[in-house]
Amino acid sequence: MKRVIETKEVAGQSPNYLLAKFQDLIDWAVNSSRANSLWPMPFGTACCAIEFMATAASRYDFARFGMERQAYSPRQADVLICAGRLPFKLAPVIRRIYDQMTQPKWVISMGACASTGGIFDNYAMVQGIDTIVPVDVYVPGCPPRPEGLLYGVLLLHKKIKGESLFDGVPRREEQPLDERGLRLPPDQIDEISEPFGNSVHQFRST
Amino acid sequence: MNPSVDALRATFGNAIGRALDSCGDTIVYVAREQLLAVMAWLRDTPEQAYDYLVDVTAVEYRDRERPLELVYNLRSLARRADLRVKVTLDPRGDLTVDSVVPLWRGADWLEREAFDMFGVTFRGHPDLRRILMWETYAEGYPLRKDFPLRGRFSRAEQVRQALAANPEAHYSMEELSIAEAYDELPADMKERLRRGERGTLPDFE
Repeated sequence: MKRVIETKEVAGQSPNYLLAKFQDLIDWAVNSSRANSLWPMPFGTACCAIEFMATAASRYDFARFGMERQAYSPRQADVLICAGRLPFKLAPVIRRIYDQMTQPKWVISMGACASTGGIFDNYAMVQGIDTIVPVDVYVPGCPPRPEGLLYGVLLLHKKIKGESLFDGVPRREEQPLDERGLRLPPDQIDEISEPFGNSVHQFRST
Repeated sequence: MNPSVDALRATFGNAIGRALDSCGDTIVYVAREQLLAVMAWLRDTPEQAYDYLVDVTAVEYRDRERPLELVYNLRSLARRADLRVKVTLDPRGDLTVDSVVPLWRGADWLEREAFDMFGVTFRGHPDLRRILMWETYAEGYPLRKDFPLRGRFSRAEQVRQALAANPEAHYSMEELSIAEAYDELPADMKERLRRGERGTLPDFE
């Protein structure tokens, strides 16, 4: 089809004009469908999960934004919402859940702990789930109010509607970096999880 | 002061250390070697009857001169009396003590937690493994005072070790399943399982 369109000369337009319009149409249709029927996979580990439940319940009701059905199986989910702190013991679990989700898939990191480790700058806690899985939207707050999570969902809608099937960008780096299973280079993990706040006065003795 | 202390002194003599009242509870220190005998006596003597082990935990103080303390909270359900038994250990020495699992089955996971967090070894424990941290955790015992807050390894190394763990290794199917325990279940629960949730007879028999 590409060749057919390219050989046609449309008066005063680039030969790719129709093709681009056609691609835009497909992108619009696909992205609208995806953005407006996101099925969330809730991964609630702490108090953020309570706010997540409030968001899902009738008063705030994120079914209004197409998240009607919560998928409790990762194989039928589009967006993984990590609500709450993530201990290292759960890191392989969320990694496996993310791996089991079908493409296309997105991740919302809900709350300070999921995004940065929050106040739990200690031996047991992952300092930001972006060291484990790629994250699309970070929702700040401790915990975020339902309005905050809904705003994050709307931001994700905006992001999805800006994607294109034709730009040649792979949807997501799926494979870990190397056989060690890391998604980011080690120095980058150390950098984004470096101490902040009061904990800069505490040192790791070797 | 709980009258059990005087009875303990009369029975075990020098094995009983100092005793004090704290916030209405009585704390009594027991020699490590006599712990199992003292506990068995407290449980089995009719006048004592401490039949319920509420908690087993440990404390290490910031003052390095103070010993590490193992804390056993006992309660007598019939007499409505509480007693706190403590054993002191040298935090830089041998951290071995007799397990009380033979006396109270409920001590199983409590002692595993004390082992996981403080490195106390319970002699005679049937299954002394880590319980909160994963079993391949190699950084040490997190609640010890010489343990750095963020652990001993770098964050990248911690992420690598965490991702290398097999999430299914935490629980075996035998641990999660009640199939093996079926014969030991109480009769009413057996009957409920046999009838199924909707009152129908399942066909697995």
